[in-house]
Amino acid sequence: MSETMIGVYVFILSCFVGYHVVWGVTPALHTPLMAVTNAISAIVVVGAMMVAGFGSSQFGTIEMIGFSAVLLASINIFGGFVVTNRMLSMFKKKK
Amino acid sequence: MNSFVDMLSPDIFALVYLITTILFILGLKGLSSPKTALRGNYFAMLGMALAIAMTLFHPEIQSFTWIFVGVLGGALIGIPLALKIQMTAMPELVAILHSFVGLAAVLVGIGTALQGVEGPVAAGEIAIGVAIGAVTFTGSLVAFGKLKEILGSSPLIFKGQHFLNLILGILIFVGCVWFIKDSDPMVLYGITAISFVLGFLLVLPIGGADMPVIVSMLNSYSGWAASATGFTLHNYLLISTGALVGSSGAILSYIMCKAMNRSFFSVILGGFGVEAGTAVKTNAAGKGVRSAAAEDVAFLLENASKVIVIPGYGMAVAQAQHALREMFDVLHKKEVEVKFAIHPVAGRMPGHMNVLLAEAEIPYDHVFEMEEINGEFSSCDVALIIGANDVVNPDAKNDKTSPLYGMPILEAYKAKQIFVFKRSMKAGYAGVDNSLFYYENCSLVFGDAKATCDALVNALGHS
Repeated sequence: MSETMIGVYVFILSCFVGYHVVWGVTPALHTPLMAVTNAISAIVVVGAMMVAGFGSSQFGTIEMIGFSAVLLASINIFGGFVVTNRMLSMFKKKK
Repeated sequence: MNSFVDMLSPDIFALVYLITTILFILGLKGLSSPKTALRGNYFAMLGMALAIAMTLFHPEIQSFTWIFVGVLGGALIGIPLALKIQMTAMPELVAILHSFVGLAAVLVGIGTALQGVEGPVAAGEIAIGVAIGAVTFTGSLVAFGKLKEILGSSPLIFKGQHFLNLILGILIFVGCVWFIKDSDPMVLYGITAISFVLGFLLVLPIGGADMPVIVSMLNSYSGWAASATGFTLHNYLLISTGALVGSSGAILSYIMCKAMNRSFFSVILGGFGVEAGTAVKTNAAGKGVRSAAAEDVAFLLENASKVIVIPGYGMAVAQAQHALREMFDVLHKKEVEVKFAIHPVAGRMPGHMNVLLAEAEIPYDHVFEMEEINGEFSSCDVALIIGANDVVNPDAKNDKTSPLYGMPILEAYKAKQIFVFKRSMKAGYAGVDNSLFYYENCSLVFGDAKATCDALVNALGHS
């Protein structure tokens, strides 16, 4: 099986997992769900790091492209998780 | 020894990435209840930290400066942004963050291509990844502009729009095939540029009322973009995480469409709200509405045993949620049962109203979804509708000619007495007259929602 084909397997199976997990999310938390999925979709940072750390030259085009990608993804990671945390801490039961 | 580590290392990466995926899934699973949600978020954070830390050890990474500067910069920008943002502005924040993921995916694709493309399959994966990322980027920017009201929120429609989009789609496809054949970076730039235009044009015709669907849809796109990047890099962590996010956004879009009784296709084609104004029915003319003062409402509330409050986006705009919370406390002390009923499209993104109520410290176990509470209206003494309109319009159930017909509604009309807090007699965003206002058991309280709530709290306090 080629790497791409394994990728297709992983992709399809993950869609099924996502489908079942997300239907289980209570509608009251749909906004935090969006914020947190936003944060985890910034997992592209892994790819961005590979681009940013690609060469040893300091100011090459590829490094700058990679740096911008790392920066954007990181804003998402920190922004997404912190805002999710902020929202979730507001959900309280009646004391 | 060293060669042993070298041999093992790809599997170590795969293992750690697998753990990250599991932590992400547990994170989403945590959101099934507010009790476990915070813990879930920590799981997801841990997963992200693990993935980043492990990637630092990747043999292909030779310099770290820009990685550190980028992550640090991201923290310095992202954290203050997340701490300062107002809860009413959450849709804007989410939209702009989606655009970042899209642009990051584009940059990763281009950066990877510049390092050299290995074979036609890799070229195809890069091209698709870049195209999806680019559409997500400009699409989210337009959504952000509309939500922030930099761009007009009314749909922008011109002749031949869908045809133009089709042509752009075909051009992107042709570009992908071309790139697969000779993997020239210039072709990739072309694909990026056309995809930017397409993303822009796709969201431009969509009206403000459909924004909850669009924000969800772009959420889904940002996931697919991450997945496509994963295919580019043969990284299964990205593929599976992207699929999780993508299906999550798709489900939310579906839920939003269903709650508005709109097909996904008609939302995408855009233009909802254009007919507003002409669609206003005139059969209301001649019929009178009853109006009431805050004191009247207070009197009935105190003597009620069960009250259901229906908040809409108008409540959030007026910043009335804190006054509402005071009212809730006063009534709670007087042993009146108060429940909040949330329509799925209340607010400007899925679940927005729940967050706004939570921010005002209204306990979540008093807040209910439409299906849970609709059976209770017939047994409730007072239904209080604050800044909501279309979601309580009985025409959606009874009048086949109404544009809203078929949309599920909160059945407030079944309550013994209904009060509607309204600014004016203006129709809701759908531009449809609300027959509920003319019901025998309905009275309107005119004025700013916050001022009315404040007056109500005062009146309750004095009695």
